[in-house]
Amino acid sequence: MKTVIVVGNGMVGYKFCEKFVSNVGQDFFKLVVFGEESRVAYDRVHLSGFFENGDAERLSMAPREWYQENNIELHTNERVTDIHRNSKTITTLSERTYNYDYLVLATGSSPFVPQMNGVEKDGVFVYRTIADLEDILAYADKIRKTVKRPKAAILGGGLLGLEAAKAVMDMGMEPHVVEFAPKLMPRQLDTRSSKVLQVKLESMGIHIHLSKATNQILGNGHVIGMEFGEDDILNVDMLVISAGIRPRDELGKSCGLKIGTRGGIMVDNTMRTSDPNIFAIGEIALYNQMIYGLVAPGYEMAGVAVDQIIGREETVMAAEIDMSTKLKLIGVDVASFGTPFMPAEKGHSIIFENKTESLYKRINVSHDGKRLLGGILVGDAKDYNMLLQMYLNEMPLPKNPENLILGSRGGEDVSFGSAMDLPDTAVVCSCEAVTKGQICCSVKEDGNESVKAISKATKATTGCGGCKPMVDDLVKETLKSLGKMVKESVCEHFDYSRQELYDIVKLKKFEDYDSLLDEIGKGHGCEVCKPAVASIFASIYNETANKQATIQDTNDRYLANIQRNGTYSVVPRVAAGEITPKQLLAIGRIAQKYDLYTKITGGQRIDMFGAQLYELPLIWEELIAEGFETGQAYGKSLRTVKSCVGSTWCRYGMDESVTFAIDIENRYKGIRSPHKIKGGVSGCIRECAEARNKDFGFIAVEGGWNVYICGNGGANPQHAQLLAEKVDRITATKYVDRFLMYYIQTAPPLTRTAAWLDKLEGGIDYVKEVVIQDCLGIADQLDREMQYLVDTYKCEWKEAVENPEIRARYTHFVNAEETDDNIEFVSLREQKMPKAWV
Amino acid sequence: MISILNTYEAVQPEKVVFWFKAAPVTKFPKNGGACVKYKEMQIAVFNFTREGKWYACQNLCPHKMEMVLSRGIIGEEQGEPKVACPLHKNSFSLKTGKHLNGDLGRIATYPVKIEGDFVYIGFSE
Ligand SMILES: Cc1cc2nc3c(=O)[nH]c(=O)nc-3n(C[C@H](O)[C@H](O)[C@H](O)COP(=O)(O)OP(=O)(O)OC[C@H]3O[C@@H](n4cnc5c(N)ncnc54)[C@H](O)[C@@H]3O)c2cc1C
Ligand code: SF4
Ligand code: SF4
Ligand code: FES
Repeated sequence: MKTVIVVGNGMVGYKFCEKFVSNVGQDFFKLVVFGEESRVAYDRVHLSGFFENGDAERLSMAPREWYQENNIELHTNERVTDIHRNSKTITTLSERTYNYDYLVLATGSSPFVPQMNGVEKDGVFVYRTIADLEDILAYADKIRKTVKRPKAAILGGGLLGLEAAKAVMDMGMEPHVVEFAPKLMPRQLDTRSSKVLQVKLESMGIHIHLSKATNQILGNGHVIGMEFGEDDILNVDMLVISAGIRPRDELGKSCGLKIGTRGGIMVDNTMRTSDPNIFAIGEIALYNQMIYGLVAPGYEMAGVAVDQIIGREETVMAAEIDMSTKLKLIGVDVASFGTPFMPAEKGHSIIFENKTESLYKRINVSHDGKRLLGGILVGDAKDYNMLLQMYLNEMPLPKNPENLILGSRGGEDVSFGSAMDLPDTAVVCSCEAVTKGQICCSVKEDGNESVKAISKATKATTGCGGCKPMVDDLVKETLKSLGKMVKESVCEHFDYSRQELYDIVKLKKFEDYDSLLDEIGKGHGCEVCKPAVASIFASIYNETANKQATIQDTNDRYLANIQRNGTYSVVPRVAAGEITPKQLLAIGRIAQKYDLYTKITGGQRIDMFGAQLYELPLIWEELIAEGFETGQAYGKSLRTVKSCVGSTWCRYGMDESVTFAIDIENRYKGIRSPHKIKGGVSGCIRECAEARNKDFGFIAVEGGWNVYICGNGGANPQHAQLLAEKVDRITATKYVDRFLMYYIQTAPPLTRTAAWLDKLEGGIDYVKEVVIQDCLGIADQLDREMQYLVDTYKCEWKEAVENPEIRARYTHFVNAEETDDNIEFVSLREQKMPKAWV
Repeated sequence: MISILNTYEAVQPEKVVFWFKAAPVTKFPKNGGACVKYKEMQIAVFNFTREGKWYACQNLCPHKMEMVLSRGIIGEEQGEPKVACPLHKNSFSLKTGKHLNGDLGRIATYPVKIEGDFVYIGFSE
């Protein structure tokens, strides 16, 4: 039996173990691992996640037991101090000696700390290990006691520096990025894209200081500032240095292995160092004169070393290694691939820049226009995966390569092929080196028909997760090619789409969830199908959420929006935002009585926060007595119809927008739908009510109303599209009736109208055919169904407070009178807010 | 806050030394949950009518430390009974407490028995 010693229990060292045990029987080799850190190997790539939950366990690559189960002898908290090549032994800090047959160095790298005065001061940190992060958190806690919003500088505006900047910002500090180069991310971005990124980051509150050489760090004992030039000083309370990495090659050096001129242990394409029994992998290995500071090449190196040790000598490292990267976490998409900057003699670039939207896209194309050589994406990197694949696989470019970044603008030339056009050898998941061929094969032959199943079977998507969208496409497309309908089934309990369920419920007149599940579903349901079916019942029978309370989302179950600390907010309907002084006083009185935080919503009404469960019926009883009714702010249903004052007051107004908005809001109130719906009515084309931002909108014009549908604010803003022009109020209402009803019946769960329209074959033209020309012959039926909903409206809060059985649901404990003592508030600008999360 | 998490420890059926009489069966909605107070603890109890079973677990969601799990939707994933937190839809096995769609670790679960129309929760102290 031979012994393999691994020095370093980091990401790559762990991956070596994982690949080793899955390839080698335990009878032939014994694995011994030394790690200097006290924790078992963890996911450094997602290190910043530690700030979110403080849960180090979550980051670990595998629990300690895993090493035991696989007979791996693991020594953490134990640094290897010497290698004795003659005797093939190593010694550790605790002066123990171990023999090896093969030695694998996976010692990674350490942050580079530039020579300057003051780096030893308190409050100066690096950003590499969980221990570093714990120190940063502890220090931040300490200074926050004296400084309200401390300033934290990050030295280094590269990939990691920006990630660290976001992390300190999330910790409530004011981030300042200090970069030596005249631009951010100098290794990945060109000057223009870097500028676009800078402007965007600044707008998010990250301060950027470029072309700054730090002379010294100021402060007496602890950091108070950084000095760049004589009068150029930045006051800071903390400093995180992220100025690059240095390979931890000290072990290799002292035992005489060949070292590169700028550090790193030299290896050949078998990962052997200058001593054939010693391997080096990961960020310590100098391959092709380069250190690769990414996990994917490190994982590949680990695989090569395993194969070499067990005698599969044909496995060697690829000659060229891809360094394409995508920045994660920061809240702006940034990616660069291939040759991001390209000298003019090699090809030409196509650049698209839109400063107002912080967008920059560049692709570099060979002179003959046939190959993609590289590119940069800032602001929108959703096409990164596909572009990267085109580059890696040298796929032919479309006739008009500009479409790759501008999107196809009509015509036949579809910019992207589908993921299916990739060659089978294309590596889709680079972290785990899974090819398109393997994924498709796993779908076809092993019946892994979901991303989840694929990720279990092939490990694809388990690394950085960047390839998920592409794996999803591949699974769907492969299923399609097998003639399997890719059913957008609601979840594992129903093999039907929401539209199919809707039709079934309607035709077979199902009236409760359990019988539907028993008849046409399987299992016991879940948080996906229950609310979806609840919404269908509501849309067909107009039943309130009180009837089948436990299949509703929490918000619907308690008829209020659950907020951060488990308290609820209360929103009465204020149709079109028109409210009398008397009503305002009433809301004021009630909010004051129950000590609620009040705020005007984006939908022109008043939101009262901080009500405990048991208070809800009490508050509503009073509101109802004052003439209010539920605003359904909690439901996937009509929220508000926003209006401007229109011709009643506004000198430009073409028509009465408020009156129309009130009527429309009252018409659609209480109607449940696949997702929330919002409306808007503007008195003229100046559009003060932002009606084109809404699921439906009306704008008064010369000669009538223009009707718009399927607009959206939210995460993916989209302008509404014109459904009809210059129609009267009755016609406008009829069209929107039909449109809404059609949407309610056909949309998948939790899909806003804009996303629904995007997916609808034929788009807005098809909606016009259904709604206006009545091409399906269902207009009458849609009209009737909508009218039924309008006629059967009732206020579900009124129902709840008047029914003792429903009222009884509003207690925190079923066995005690007390209320939840876990809820804590702190004061905020003369009101209150929930106490912050830990 | 972390300390509050540590007050909840799973109790295996064989370890029960004390059955706490919580509330009448009728206080718990069918296929839904409600919260029971026991000393300083909040326990979510679920009446999983479809399975004909009862489950109990800590009311505290370990994601953001909110006392909300009893208000979550219950259901099942590949046969494993679960509750989905109402706040961000993290779901946990009602049998083992395992976090099913992530790796937040386990939540504490407790044995439940029904005797004479009353719900009892088992504790080990
Ligand atoms: C904040 C952050 C974000 C990142 N984001 C990304 C990303 O998005 N994508 C990407 O591809 N990469 C990213 N990286 C880089 C990635 O984490 C590294 O490439 C990867 O961790 C390298 O693995 P490694 O095993 O070679 O080194 P490490 O993970 O550093 O492991 C080396 C281990 O060896 C130990 N060790 C060193 N010397 C000894 C000794 N003498 N005896 C015993 N133990 C020793 C060290 O303590 C360490 O635990 C990021 C890194 C950081 C810090
Ligand atoms: S949209 Fe037109 S009518 Fe309405 S407030 Fe603005 S300017 Fe006046
Ligand atoms: S944008 Fe909406 S979801 Fe996001 S924090 Fe604000 S209120 Fe919450
Ligand atoms: S608090 Fe439970 S999922 Fe976030």
